Amino acid sequence: MSILINKDTRVITQGMTGKVGQFHTQQCKAYANGENCFVAGVNPKKAGEQFEGIPVYASVRDAKEATGATVSVIYVPPSGAAAAIDEAVEAELDLVICITEGIPVHDMIRTRYKMQGRKTLLIGPNCPGLITPDEIKIGIMPGHIHKKGRIGVVSRSGTLTYEAVGQLTALGYGQSSCVGIGGDPINGLKHIDVMRMFNDDPDTDAVIMVGEIGGSDEEECARWIKANMQKPVVGFIAGITAPEGKRMGHAGAIISGGQGGAEDKLAVMEDCGIHITRNPAEMGRTMQKILKG
Amino acid sequence: MKIHEYQGKEILRQFDVPTPLGIACFSVEEAVAAAQQLGGNVWVVKAQIHAGGRGKGGGVKVAKSLDEVKSNAQQILGMQLVTHQTGPDGQKVRRLLIEQGAAIAKEFYVGMVVDRTAQRVALLASSEGGMEIEEVAKHSPEKIHTLRIDPVAGLGDDDAALVARDIGIPDVASAEAVKVLQGLYRSFVEKDAMLAEINPLVLTADNRVIALDAKFNFDSNALYRHPEIVALRDMDEEDPAEIEASKFDLSYISLDGDIGCLVNGAGLAMATMDIIKLYGGSPANFLDVGGGATTEKVTEAFKLMLKNPHLKAILVNIFGGIMKCDVIAEGVVAAARQVQLNVPLVVRLEGTNVELGKKILAESGLPIISGNDMADAAQKVVAAAKG
Repeated sequence: MSILINKDTRVITQGMTGKVGQFHTQQCKAYANGENCFVAGVNPKKAGEQFEGIPVYASVRDAKEATGATVSVIYVPPSGAAAAIDEAVEAELDLVICITEGIPVHDMIRTRYKMQGRKTLLIGPNCPGLITPDEIKIGIMPGHIHKKGRIGVVSRSGTLTYEAVGQLTALGYGQSSCVGIGGDPINGLKHIDVMRMFNDDPDTDAVIMVGEIGGSDEEECARWIKANMQKPVVGFIAGITAPEGKRMGHAGAIISGGQGGAEDKLAVMEDCGIHITRNPAEMGRTMQKILKG
Repeated sequence: MKIHEYQGKEILRQFDVPTPLGIACFSVEEAVAAAQQLGGNVWVVKAQIHAGGRGKGGGVKVAKSLDEVKSNAQQILGMQLVTHQTGPDGQKVRRLLIEQGAAIAKEFYVGMVVDRTAQRVALLASSEGGMEIEEVAKHSPEKIHTLRIDPVAGLGDDDAALVARDIGIPDVASAEAVKVLQGLYRSFVEKDAMLAEINPLVLTADNRVIALDAKFNFDSNALYRHPEIVALRDMDEEDPAEIEASKFDLSYISLDGDIGCLVNGAGLAMATMDIIKLYGGSPANFLDVGGGATTEKVTEAFKLMLKNPHLKAILVNIFGGIMKCDVIAEGVVAAARQVQLNVPLVVRLEGTNVELGKKILAESGLPIISGNDMADAAQKVVAAAKG
């Protein structure tokens, strides 16, 4: 099985008709059961048209009513992306995955405020999306590096997630689901939320957790793991060499006021029983050592 | 994006936060004229650089005559001001702010930040004005009062008054303090700031509440809707390499090592720096070429790295997902030819079309060292840099 999504998930694509949306919709549709999963697009100006055989609707609500889809993925440009999330929340979807990078922080604060008490979960923004190998891929990750299996992956980064997945696959370990939660300071699901789901998933045996400098989400997740997690966790934090006060690419990857440094995070994670590695090339092998006992 | 103190105060005034009267100057003559125009008999001559800690570094001086204004301005303007935030080389002072002196009764700290955990704007306030808030947090955290602000309701009168009382502002000045806190909050939200600080906020002898300093840092993702903020950008305060990189949409940060890194993706770029360090080397930069790197972007990235006189080797680390390895390989070969590469180049490719990419590198005839995986590539580049 998997967490959050599987081959029966039906997906609406917000921003499907733009250049980025078109490209990734083709890629997602071509992966595993994608042909059946991607059932609708949204663009108020192009309602009634089709792209790659996928019908375009005027609104998320229309798309949901017509297709029964419960999940959306967003490729809308930054200035309109928070409003796109709001629309999906208003339409009461189960899950929204926002790929868009560069959304203003204050827009996200307002959007997260509006999401309080609503049923919709958010992944991202500024994330690669999520994948359940051999079933469905929602996002921009390369499908072919994945392999179906029993390791969960959760990460704030895109290509570093691919690195972890690539190492696992090369060693023969497949993945149950891989979730990119995104590199922004204000986001939806955090490490701890995804970790809970992996803990509850009978088809996940162990988890790789990839974090980076900035904020304290990894520490919170680590403390939860210490108290609750039934499965082994391997951890890596990017940015040991990052200088204070500089934003390292991701909007959320910044050490400020002495907070959010990699060594502090690693120390808490190690203390909480997470199998940490300081070498990004050793994430897969660290997992292998644990699983082989 | 950061701005100068005098620009920050201009923004604060737009939101009804009182500041001392002041004039920004670019020369000693302007400084003296400004003091004359402001009148009074006490002035403060303040270096305008983006880094904090200016006072301790000798960049803020009180003058009690126009002659003193002149000598202070002569001293400060053009100096290399070294503070704990500038690094050992310091930052050249090119602008001054001349202000009227204020009769200070007490100093406070107020600031706004984005609280990532609460996902709200947080107001931080303390009775310990004039000190680094990080130091206060370390040694006497009980003196910092935090209020997380409801984004719809905003900062209400009652909440603001409570914070003012908590930090010891007397009741007689409460209404003024509320106005300052609300103005600071509105400026923070309306101008899309990530950080705003007034340190110190002062209570004057006649019970007025005035912002004696102003520090803003704006969300670069929101600058598209704030041309008035973009206009305040001072390129002299930024790293030339980082300015150059931003023209080509490259995410670049200078570091003090000697191994250049060219990577796709921010997380992998950080991890690449880390693994270089792990194997005994030292990264010269953070460089994320992004998901859609073209030959032009890769070439510009090489040019940037090669401008660094300390550079001893380059590591290209690409995990091709959407970006295909053959495209990157062609970019690397074209760039290496164009820039006349004079340091060892190690390339690690993985992902989509990796075999084709490796073939292009091998057949290029260039002395490119191939890394089999991230660890192998890092070890090879560290060895190459050590010569």
